[in-house]
Amino acid sequence: MIPVGFDYARPDSVDAALALIAEHGEDATILAGGHSLLPVMKLRLAAPELVIDIGRLTELNYIRVDGDDVAIGAGSRHREVEVSEVLATEVPLLPAVARTVGDPQVRHRGTIGGSLAHADPASDLPAAVLALNGMVVLRSPRGERSVPITQFYTGVFSTVKEPDELIVEIRVPRAGAQLSQGWAFEKFTRRANDWAIVGVAVVDGRVGLVNMGSTPLRASATEAALADGASIEDAAALADQATDPPADTAATPQYRRHLAKVLTRRALQTASGG
Amino acid sequence: MSILGTRVVRTEDPVFLTRGATYTDDLTDERLTGALHLTLVRSPLAHARITAIDVEAARQAPGVVAVYTGADLGLDPVVLFPGANKGMKRPWLATEKVRFVGEPVAAVLTEELYQGPDAAELVEIDYDPLPAVIDLRAAATDEVLLFEDVGTNTAAGHGVDDEPAADLFDGCEVVVGHEIVNQRLAAAPLETRAAAAVWGSDGRVTVFCSNQNAQGARDEIARWLGLDRDRVHVILPDVGGGFGAKIGADPEFALVAHLAKLSDRPVRWSESRSENMTGMLQGRAQRQTITIGGGRDGRVKAYRLDILADAGAYPRLGAFLPQFTRMMAPGTYDIERLDTRARVVVTNTTSIGAYRGAGRPEATAAIERAMDLFAAEIGMDPAEVRKCNVIAPDKFPFTSKGGVEYDSGEYAKAIDKALEAAGYAQLRAEQAARRERGDAKLLGLGVSSYVEITGGGAYAENASVEVHPDGTVTVLTGTSPHGQGHATAWAMLASEHLGVPIEKITVRHGDTDLIPRGSGTMGSRSLQTGGVAVYQAAGELVELAKQRAAELLEANVDDLEVDKERAAIVVRGAPGAKSVTFAQLAEQERLQVDTVWDGQKPSFPFGAHVAVVEVDRETGKVTVERLVAVDDAGPVLNPLLFDGQRHGGIAQGISQALLEEVVYDSEGQPLTATFADYGFPSAAELPSFDLVDMQTPTPINPLGYKGVGEAGTIGSTPAVQSAVVDALAHLGVRHIDMPTTPLRVWEAIQTAAKGAE
Repeated sequence: MIPVGFDYARPDSVDAALALIAEHGEDATILAGGHSLLPVMKLRLAAPELVIDIGRLTELNYIRVDGDDVAIGAGSRHREVEVSEVLATEVPLLPAVARTVGDPQVRHRGTIGGSLAHADPASDLPAAVLALNGMVVLRSPRGERSVPITQFYTGVFSTVKEPDELIVEIRVPRAGAQLSQGWAFEKFTRRANDWAIVGVAVVDGRVGLVNMGSTPLRASATEAALADGASIEDAAALADQATDPPADTAATPQYRRHLAKVLTRRALQTASGG
Repeated sequence: MSILGTRVVRTEDPVFLTRGATYTDDLTDERLTGALHLTLVRSPLAHARITAIDVEAARQAPGVVAVYTGADLGLDPVVLFPGANKGMKRPWLATEKVRFVGEPVAAVLTEELYQGPDAAELVEIDYDPLPAVIDLRAAATDEVLLFEDVGTNTAAGHGVDDEPAADLFDGCEVVVGHEIVNQRLAAAPLETRAAAAVWGSDGRVTVFCSNQNAQGARDEIARWLGLDRDRVHVILPDVGGGFGAKIGADPEFALVAHLAKLSDRPVRWSESRSENMTGMLQGRAQRQTITIGGGRDGRVKAYRLDILADAGAYPRLGAFLPQFTRMMAPGTYDIERLDTRARVVVTNTTSIGAYRGAGRPEATAAIERAMDLFAAEIGMDPAEVRKCNVIAPDKFPFTSKGGVEYDSGEYAKAIDKALEAAGYAQLRAEQAARRERGDAKLLGLGVSSYVEITGGGAYAENASVEVHPDGTVTVLTGTSPHGQGHATAWAMLASEHLGVPIEKITVRHGDTDLIPRGSGTMGSRSLQTGGVAVYQAAGELVELAKQRAAELLEANVDDLEVDKERAAIVVRGAPGAKSVTFAQLAEQERLQVDTVWDGQKPSFPFGAHVAVVEVDRETGKVTVERLVAVDDAGPVLNPLLFDGQRHGGIAQGISQALLEEVVYDSEGQPLTATFADYGFPSAAELPSFDLVDMQTPTPINPLGYKGVGEAGTIGSTPAVQSAVVDALAHLGVRHIDMPTTPLRVWEAIQTAAKGAE
């Protein structure tokens, strides 16, 4: 459990971090909370030459209302998302999801940017931001661009982020009065601090699925059925359409499909106040 | 007032909670100055021939002092456990073939700890893969052999040559059976394995290691390395949990000692969590075929238990433990006819040893499943079936059909107490109401009745008590705590005789030069052996003190007594008369006693557990709502320690029923070798436990003490498993293997629904 030797840098600004990333390219890796990176380094599955620690960049540490969105600095810890008053009012789904990540120690270190960048389909926050129709803001020495989260993920542990880019912000629409159809999060685990076997995030009639394929997914058939006025039961029964759930020691694909339907129904019922 | 039976707060804890413990890897002992660090290169394959090993590149790596392969060691493969097939020897470092993922193949010694893994990566080993033997039934066919020259995969047989009783179930109106699995578990102590060794100029080796039994580890290291036992000195620093997996030495400990000899430097080793999850002994791992027969009146007449047990790749204590399972097979029940046998086979997996309960939970799980199947078949309440078959209280001592003598027991009373505390009748009504209403959450009730062996194997233990001139006391014990609280408990037992406050009593253990004799802490043996020995030693010390005081006080020995307030010998009924304290006596002449207590047999604690679970009908998820435990281990020395043992055992027991299993794929790759994948529990998965007291003293020692360290795993596991099945009983479900994961429960519901169509 001792990683391959590596160099370590702790730049004091985002620009300095970006310069380092540009200089070292794929030989460098970003360290934020470390909960995904450090285990794979200790197992020697990853051996970066340079680890760039952005964990103390306070300029990435904010949650604020910005026009029609809430802007969340990528360095915000899960715990900060969990207890944010802004989010509690404007985007209550996110604190509810953050509260289910790991345990308190994990939540005090892990960051929302790190979780989104790592692109583990079993992670909760990517599916929640997907259900929220959020945007991922990427910055590089070449400039800044915003990518809709619906176009961000390309596969297991992979995204459209270029090697010289850093996630600096996540933007999610303010719910406020528009939150007509409510929100809910259902996470099915064996133990309290496990990854989800399946998770379902529902907000305003949109449904994000955790661990039902190689990326976080939207239950599009369910959403369409709801828009067409289908009952919650009928719409939820479509939740596993166009998914490709994995097999592991905890679940078969068939079981995951079943869980996706049950959890979607429950989340929709909760969201509708039922 | 007696200190015995009181809730004395653990004297161990202030150090653990402030400065922290000193585990083997924390040692700064000057004897280890300049120690080299050992990194083992371990096999990534479960079964393969080694065709080439190239260590040259590793030898050139920074900080490398030496790289060894098996050929460099000058040691022959060794029989680790003499109770199994003696042809199944373990090489110190594999040379011809590897037999499990994690088997050591090369050893790298480096100046610095961090240099080891880098150099180890440069060791090149070519493997020629062989088919892996993982399934026990496949192993038993001998189609693929782990040890070709042995000619069989059978490591041990217990009763396998006995002719099966053909007429076992004659006269039974009902006979039911099932094949069930008692799954493989990982002990996963917070402190992984660690050892450090240094040779002295006197030709003796000192081995520091993390273990439950210093003397046993010394004897094994000496035997494996062909050394005289006097040349091995074992010291146990603080030990961070064992659960049976740290009984006696591991081959790595002896290897560390041998490499210290070869390199002429101290050597230290501390394994990573990943190594621990494939290298440390694992437990359970039995396939059981149970058959039970009896009358529709609820009386069980006959029971058969056929065991196919896993030894892992190299037989260890696990090759013997199914014998414990056979001994305890009939449990608390008065069964006329019993037939048991066990075959133990090697597979391409981590070796099996003891795991909290060690053979007895497997027996209880089997008979309790059988009782449930029988109850379901005749349509009787499972609690009733148990009560009408348990051994009556007037039959003790009772020689069971398992061939052991139960010393004492009131089994029906224990069941009744558990049922009453649980509110069993009301719960049954609630269960029926939920089924009637079609509730989403089904209620399940599980009842287990158990008896177990504690202090089996080593019945004797030594103790020494000495009062020093400053009034402090030193207790030496051959038991070996690793979390249980012996320092508190043994001080209480000495204080009971001497009156010396426990703060002034130091308990020492785990050093074979200081304490050459002892059998360590395992099998729930410590209190009824080592504790009673300390109590006896302190009593003998009082007698010695009286002899010496009689002269000083010019009194008859019979007229003397202990004034506990002053830790002194006084003349009875003569206030104000002359007295002498133990400390004053020690000033004149060393005041010390060595003794051995030998109970000559084990004791048989018993109890009953009731589990209440909720099962989510749609998802299969099980939540344990309540766990009621009646655990009778005789009088209780310290309720705090007693309940602590029960809590830990129950947690592990519930966890076996619901969560934990070591899983391999068909090629022998472990799928649960990290804490993310292996399902051990946290407090969030457990309810608060309802502990119910019941105390039936054993006649085998003067204090009536039995053991309680493993009771929780023995009683709770079958109760929880039974409760899960019970929740689904109305659907026709009769059995679900452990762990009863959401997936398995959901699949059982699906299968039952299909059957009902």
